[in-house]
Amino acid sequence: MNLRDIAFKNLLRRKAKALFVLAGLAIGVSTVVALISFVDAMTENINHKLEKYGANILIVPKTENLSLTYGGLSLGGVSFEMQEIREQDLAKIQSIKNAANVAGLGPMVFGVVNVEGNRVLLAGVDFEANWILKPWWKIDGTIPGEKGLVLGSETAVVLGLNQGSPVTIRGRQLTVSGVLKPTGSQDDQLIFMPLKTAQAILNKEGLVSMAEVAALCKDCPIEAMVKQISDVVPGAKVMAIQQVVKGRMEALSQFKKFSYGVSIVVVLVGSLVVLVTMMGSVRERTEEIGIFRAIGFRKSHVFKIVLLEAGFISAAAGILGYLAGFVVAKGAIRLFSESGGASIQPSFELLGGSFVLAVLVGLMASVYPAYLASRMDPNQALNAI
Amino acid sequence: MSYIRAENISKQYGNGDATVMAIQDIDFTVESGEFVSIMGESGAGKSTLLSIVGAMNPPSSGKFVVDEIDVYHLGSEKRTDFRREFIGFVFQSFHLVPYLTVLENVMLPLTTVKATKKRKRTLAEEALDQVGLTGKEQRLPSQISGGEKERVAVARAIVNDPPVLLADEPTGNLDSKTTHEIMDLLQRLNQEGTTILMVTHSQDCAAYAERILRVSDGRLIEGEGLVEALCLDRKIPLTGAGGLMLRA
Ligand SMILES: Nc1ncnc2c1ncn2[C@@H]1O[C@H](COP(=O)(O)OP(=O)(O)OP(=O)(O)O)[C@@H](O)[C@H]1O
Ligand SMILES: [Mg+2]
Repeated sequence: MNLRDIAFKNLLRRKAKALFVLAGLAIGVSTVVALISFVDAMTENINHKLEKYGANILIVPKTENLSLTYGGLSLGGVSFEMQEIREQDLAKIQSIKNAANVAGLGPMVFGVVNVEGNRVLLAGVDFEANWILKPWWKIDGTIPGEKGLVLGSETAVVLGLNQGSPVTIRGRQLTVSGVLKPTGSQDDQLIFMPLKTAQAILNKEGLVSMAEVAALCKDCPIEAMVKQISDVVPGAKVMAIQQVVKGRMEALSQFKKFSYGVSIVVVLVGSLVVLVTMMGSVRERTEEIGIFRAIGFRKSHVFKIVLLEAGFISAAAGILGYLAGFVVAKGAIRLFSESGGASIQPSFELLGGSFVLAVLVGLMASVYPAYLASRMDPNQALNAI
Repeated sequence: MSYIRAENISKQYGNGDATVMAIQDIDFTVESGEFVSIMGESGAGKSTLLSIVGAMNPPSSGKFVVDEIDVYHLGSEKRTDFRREFIGFVFQSFHLVPYLTVLENVMLPLTTVKATKKRKRTLAEEALDQVGLTGKEQRLPSQISGGEKERVAVARAIVNDPPVLLADEPTGNLDSKTTHEIMDLLQRLNQEGTTILMVTHSQDCAAYAERILRVSDGRLIEGEGLVEALCLDRKIPLTGAGGLMLRA
């Protein structure tokens, strides 16, 4: 038998108290783990989107109070029934100072149409430009000709159509030339067709709803290009996607700060639970501590017993807290991440971190109770019984 | 020089109006291998005296020496070590640790001693054998009788073979048969060389001792006399401080 055995046996005897301390610490740790995992996953998700987003400048009509979402990024604008940009204005982009940096220009026109009784969002796009703007697009089938269209993967399922199916839209006979492989973005729910065809169907000849620009270069003067484009395209709002992302990153970093604050509070409360419970436990054990001291346990031995107990519980709380936090973060991500994409992987670093955090907090909160225990006078402790 | 020397020891508890003089100006000596009984009315200061001898209770004044070690001049941790190495203590109310088995309770004083687990176990089993408790090693204190608890307490006190055994009313709660078993055990230990100081209210038990220290109102009663030994057919000297000083 050694000090560790004594500590362990005492824990087993006072299961309720041990569980209480365990819960206090585990809740603290799991909160920290959940918040960190959540923030990390969201950050990574945004970075990932930014990375795979071919276009880096968006041109949208200058409208107030719109909340347009595209590509999973909130760009401020609703409804596709909105003002349009004239196609001929877009052409002027070729004349801006940094025109050489424009690798691709993708005008798009949007409109809602009825297909087989379903309201679907129709997008007219420039399929050629899309090679650059949406490099992740994979089409099962061929790029549509004048009378063809491509279905988003979900649209295809909902409408029950596949390659070769004939479709009638606003009285026009068209053919499905291909189906877009799932992209995990809004594109899955759209119908795509060549810009000209879509403009004709939607009665928007010569008009576009928005345009994406891929400025391909290292350290592109994006800000300058944004300025140049807004100068030549009147009535349009030109935005660098990075700015949009930056805005989101800022929101996220606010949330990060907030969550650190919450973590600190929760961990403090957890350590208070440990402190109070350990104090109670030490006081309850006056007799046995008196016995220990009387039969020759040094102060340091008693101190060690209390800290060993705290250490055992804390270690367990670290691991449990990590697992709980992981589960919570997974749930939260499912609720908060739009159009999927963000996910949380188990992290050994975080597990190690939780372990260290729990043990550190548990031990620190037990130092004072352990000190009180070690200072107990054996004679008084035993007389008091 | 005597093995144990108490010189002019006083102990007061509390201070101001609440001051209690538990013992006053006590002098005595005990030779190595002696068996001494301490008797006196309740509240006389017997337990206080014993706890001072047990290096657990610093006296307010006076000097206490064991084996030429000035016990209360040792630092706190050193005094703890002294307790572990020199003193076996049988408390007035057993003081067993409730969540440890009989065997573990007996092993407790060995916890901080350097020895293998096996060796500690063997020592504890031997001690339990001495008090006749073989077979009950795995019971918890709540699962044994009062007399058995007392014997566990004795086994724990002797497991590390201390030179001095202190017992505070070891037979206070026992029937006469168990009392005699415990007393026989103490006597045997004494014959093997252990110095024993035992507090008791029972003349019977005091009679096992070679000498009786009588405490009254915190002081040793002066003078010599004989006490009628009721459980042994022998008469033993009753000594107070004076008597002891004469012998010393
Ligand atoms: N920790 C303490 N604080 C204050 N007073 C104490 C303390 N311990 C003992 N006393 C007092 O000191 C005196 C001697 O107490 P002690 O316990 O030594 O008596 P005792 O002879 O052992 O009595 P008993 O036979 O009842 O066990 C008593 O008056 C008691 O009330
Ligand atoms: Mg007493």
